[in-house]
Amino acid sequence: MAPDSSVAAAVADAHRREWAFVLAATVRVTRSLDLAEECVQDAYAQALATWASRGIPANQGAWLTTVARRRAVDLLRHDASLRRSLPLLLDDQVEPGPDEIALHELAVDDVALDEIADDRLRLIFTCCHPAIAAEAQVALTLRLFCGLTTAEVARAFLVSEPTMAARITRAKKKIAAARIPYRVPPAGELPARIDAVLTVVHLLFTTGHTAPAGHDLVRRDLVERSLDLARMLRALLPTDADVAGLLALILLTDARTVTRVDDDGRLLLLAEQDRTQWDRHAISEGIALVREALRRRPPGRFALMAAIAAVHAEAPAWQDTDWCEVVALYNLLVQIWPSPVVALNRAVAVGLADGPDAGLRALEALADEPQLAGYSYLAAARADMLRRLGRTVEARACYEEALLLTENTVERDFLTARLQQLGE
Amino acid sequence: MAKYVILIYEDEASWANAGQQEYGQVLKEHTEFGEHNARVLQGGNALQPTNTATSIRKDASGSFAVTDGPFVETKEALGGYYLIEAANLDEAIGIAKQVPAPFGGVEVRPIRVFD
Repeated sequence: MAPDSSVAAAVADAHRREWAFVLAATVRVTRSLDLAEECVQDAYAQALATWASRGIPANQGAWLTTVARRRAVDLLRHDASLRRSLPLLLDDQVEPGPDEIALHELAVDDVALDEIADDRLRLIFTCCHPAIAAEAQVALTLRLFCGLTTAEVARAFLVSEPTMAARITRAKKKIAAARIPYRVPPAGELPARIDAVLTVVHLLFTTGHTAPAGHDLVRRDLVERSLDLARMLRALLPTDADVAGLLALILLTDARTVTRVDDDGRLLLLAEQDRTQWDRHAISEGIALVREALRRRPPGRFALMAAIAAVHAEAPAWQDTDWCEVVALYNLLVQIWPSPVVALNRAVAVGLADGPDAGLRALEALADEPQLAGYSYLAAARADMLRRLGRTVEARACYEEALLLTENTVERDFLTARLQQLGE
Repeated sequence: MAKYVILIYEDEASWANAGQQEYGQVLKEHTEFGEHNARVLQGGNALQPTNTATSIRKDASGSFAVTDGPFVETKEALGGYYLIEAANLDEAIGIAKQVPAPFGGVEVRPIRVFD
């Protein structure tokens, strides 16, 4: 008998590593997301009991998949009305339906992992289908691919649990009613669809990296999930340059996380951070991936953002930063991704490469961008350049405007301190 | 296979102001769309503009209120539709992308099946 604590740890670990695999493989049998989820949850619950008495299996993914599938077959066999009422997913591979599967006997103990097809890509492409609202794509990915409970997903996005439950239910209904296919898209559609998946993972990462509200700057749980997802995608799509670019971006940005706040929780700027504490292991992994991602022409947006992060990671000190290189990379980035937020970051880099006057001019061009109205970083960037130019009164007004626009405590404290430093 | 309807929403003012040549060009594109997708097309029609519409609503007392105009006034109004058959939403979107709609866009809706 294995001790309870090691069993609990093994189940938690298998939950994190294997959930997507087990769910995707179970969907193949149920062709219903809801039923598959229920059966996979049962399988994890059963693992807690069975692994304690019979030991932890070597191949946990296969064990869990087999138990979940068997549970699904049992349910479908004994409940004809359930079988009829299931809204079946559209599967473009010829697979036996639930009725035929029910005639098979699935042996629990002798299924090897390599005999179970890896359906994780089909699952993630379904979660991130462009016909599903962006906020629901993220929610579905966390729920179905990462196995978070609805309550956990709701907490991640600071909405109530009933709101999140409704959002997820609505998205699942649309998958069934509009017949969103459960498949890996054909080659012609693949680049756009991979981009949709990466956008979801990137949104998850940025939400975790700087939490939009609350007391902590970083939501570690969301960052870890996005890193897990990016690594999983890298394993599933090893030759895709955009996937490599996103993984690099996450690694290189997250490598600096420990130094972003001081011991008192105060926000530290890139200039103030102790670079010896940056995660060198993550940085070297990230830089190797950036090199690979940049080999594709033209480079994608994640590769370019990662390349910018790499410039910072490689500079031994703030004053060694190659700002001209940063501006050059931003110039490429705004071309392929003409987003006002990217243009704002470019303007900040221009201010550091060519001085605050040039930066201010670049910012002025963005003053009327509707997407930046209400965006605290625009006001904060203008405040900083005005401060460097000694235009204290204007700088003060901009810091005050930025303060009105952020809900994150750590960022608010930083802006308040800057205001005080301006003096009277 | 499933059925979808592709609803064409366009700015009526742009249509009204379109010249004869532009009008002819869009009609030609619709004809080409129809020929190209004959296999999946189950039907479709162009509608007269919303200034020909009449709305009918039963009020609380049970009598009908018949009024001039469309149900909802919008800048881009329903101007026509196609009924198609497709294996899944991706296929339906692929067909919808080919529908000419120079003054607006299209919306894909699955047909509801009662069983």
